[in-house]
Amino acid sequence: MAKGIMYIDGQRVPFDGETNVLSVIRKAGIEMPTFCYYSDLSVYGACRMCVVEDERGKIETSCSMKPRDGLSIRTNTARLLKHRRMILELLLASHNCSCTTCEKSGDCRLQELAMRFGVRRVRFGDSREESQLDDSSPAVVRDPSKCILCGDCVRVCGETIGMGIIDFAQRGYNMRVSPAFNRTLSETHCISCGQCSAVCPTGAITVYNQIGKAWRAIHDPKVRTVVQIAPAVRVAVGEAFGLPAGSNALDQLVTALKYMGVDEIYDTTFAADFTTIEESREFLARLENGGPFPMFTSCCPAWVKYLELENPKYLKHISTCKSPMEMFASIVREHYQEKDAQDGRTTFHIAIMPCTAKKMEAARPQFRHNGKPDVDLVLTTQEIINMIKESGIQLPQMELEAPDLPFGLGSGSATIYGTTGGVAEAVVRHCMPDKSRNTLRALEYSPLRGNDSIREATVQVGDREIHLAVVHGLIHAQELLKEIDAGNAYYDLIEVMTCPGGCVGGAGQPYGLKQKKQERTAGLYAADRSAPFKRAEYNPVVTSMMDAYTPDQRHDLLHVDYTK
Amino acid sequence: MSTGISMDRVDQIIDSYGCQRHHLIAIMQDIQAEYKYLSPEVLERIAEKLDVGVAKVYSVATFYENFSLEAKGKYIIKVCDGTACHVRKSQPIYTAIREYLELEGKQKTSADGLFTLETVACLGACGLAPVVTVNDKVHSKMTPELAIELLEELKKEEAAL
Repeated sequence: MAKGIMYIDGQRVPFDGETNVLSVIRKAGIEMPTFCYYSDLSVYGACRMCVVEDERGKIETSCSMKPRDGLSIRTNTARLLKHRRMILELLLASHNCSCTTCEKSGDCRLQELAMRFGVRRVRFGDSREESQLDDSSPAVVRDPSKCILCGDCVRVCGETIGMGIIDFAQRGYNMRVSPAFNRTLSETHCISCGQCSAVCPTGAITVYNQIGKAWRAIHDPKVRTVVQIAPAVRVAVGEAFGLPAGSNALDQLVTALKYMGVDEIYDTTFAADFTTIEESREFLARLENGGPFPMFTSCCPAWVKYLELENPKYLKHISTCKSPMEMFASIVREHYQEKDAQDGRTTFHIAIMPCTAKKMEAARPQFRHNGKPDVDLVLTTQEIINMIKESGIQLPQMELEAPDLPFGLGSGSATIYGTTGGVAEAVVRHCMPDKSRNTLRALEYSPLRGNDSIREATVQVGDREIHLAVVHGLIHAQELLKEIDAGNAYYDLIEVMTCPGGCVGGAGQPYGLKQKKQERTAGLYAADRSAPFKRAEYNPVVTSMMDAYTPDQRHDLLHVDYTK
Repeated sequence: MSTGISMDRVDQIIDSYGCQRHHLIAIMQDIQAEYKYLSPEVLERIAEKLDVGVAKVYSVATFYENFSLEAKGKYIIKVCDGTACHVRKSQPIYTAIREYLELEGKQKTSADGLFTLETVACLGACGLAPVVTVNDKVHSKMTPELAIELLEELKKEEAAL
């Protein structure tokens, strides 16, 4: 790790281990503009916004420049400012500047930087061929007319998710970011994780907006709106209202939703306790019946989709448990059937999720009954933030109100479903015969928690040693599968989350880098600690409902077969 | 027409490079040398065997002018539009052939699948300008009329077959 002193605009700035000059500049308190730089992705150096000038007047991009002891650079010379303005003007020239009605308006990097650099006119015309809007995906909408070719989406799809669905095509001014053969996303193996939309600095890739449908349901007096809120949402929703990342705003969110006119508000953690118990039961049964191992968790719909499309031989390894969202939806469907018949209203079930792939999951044929999806609508955290803002509600000023009963109560172990390692830890807590506080403490320091992409742990269940792996970032799961294929690795249970960080880093969340995701994770662990009970089997509502189910009911409500 | 690409042959070519990613361009060149173009199925097979995304393979294939994603005609006509040929009026030759073959917009291959019309920057035969090649056979000092005559002859030969 290089260490030394640099001079930025004549000021001494020490550096210690930073991989590029850009990070040193930012550390010194200068917000260097960038489009194509993300600390979590590889350095690309395409947007040229982060250029700096050295003592000889040489201009270079600071993102791809290594810090050197004694290096002296300037960040804001007249030439640099002129370059940046010219870059912006050229980008705007080939950009669909329908800003006020753009999905990304107010949150667009191009808009922000054009404003910051005072670009008020564009002297060049747009000579590109007209491009087609691609709204074929259930999760994201692609509008190539707004693309600035920074390649962020291309790199996140290839490097972090390992799918490589989109890439640059053609060259020169005909260059586009597109799937192969100019196909639509629905014609590719896209798994709807939405990370491309999360990193897109403009409105070229955005989350499929379904706010209008939500309002229609809420405003219809004949419709009962029932909402479930996923664990990761509560620690991110407040960020848009000035609360620090990781602060738990669940109770304020409940009040806000009541103000907005939602009828009943529940917590997905309730269903996650069902998932923990069912998944553990399945796992123990597999231990008895000899497999198939490894067993994969099934909560992440993008992961399930990946196996289905790219690695179907492992489909039978995936837990037959529905995801907590879909378990919740089946329970709601059952519960309100009778009530709907009595009061003549129809129940409309909205799930607030940190995830864009949940929109795809909700539309799967396996989760439709009587011609209607179990989850009528999935809203992302960002969409619910927009709805709260539209209502003029100041979230931090809301009174605290707990979610409704009976489906509003979940254990601590269900709250941590929202972060990488959470599902595995919940299952371990449930399976371990020793229920003392100290086993929980020991788990806190086990490799189940942490931020490494692939973490391994061994726990003792009865007389058997169980080998677990926790993976986040789909590309690492693909690597692990290759190792398993080659016979170099063996695990009994593997938890996979497609997005880095798990659901706290989902594409439906307000965008945040690693640091922010870790703060959200810390918020979930804090919620776990303050929960009245930490294990799924201590949830009184869940256990009494479980006991009342016949095996058939349990199978119908809580399990799914993706191979069919 | 070069229909019927043999996937076994494609596999053979890819295997001959040991399925290595960094041979992507060489693999595509070899396949194109054999079949004159790269079909979507070919690109998909390459992606699968090299374990890279199809979008990446497509990206490389569309970046280089040399790769064609469309099937080509039996006769590939190249009209030289290098500096020397250009000043000696290669453009009217190109236009005349286009009209004769009834090509529209971005269309390069005639509807009967016989002819593909392309331009080329310089064939290095400036002394013979303007130059047209048909399947790499050089025809020197062309005019629009000579070019049409040439095509008509080729058509007659085809009809006689």
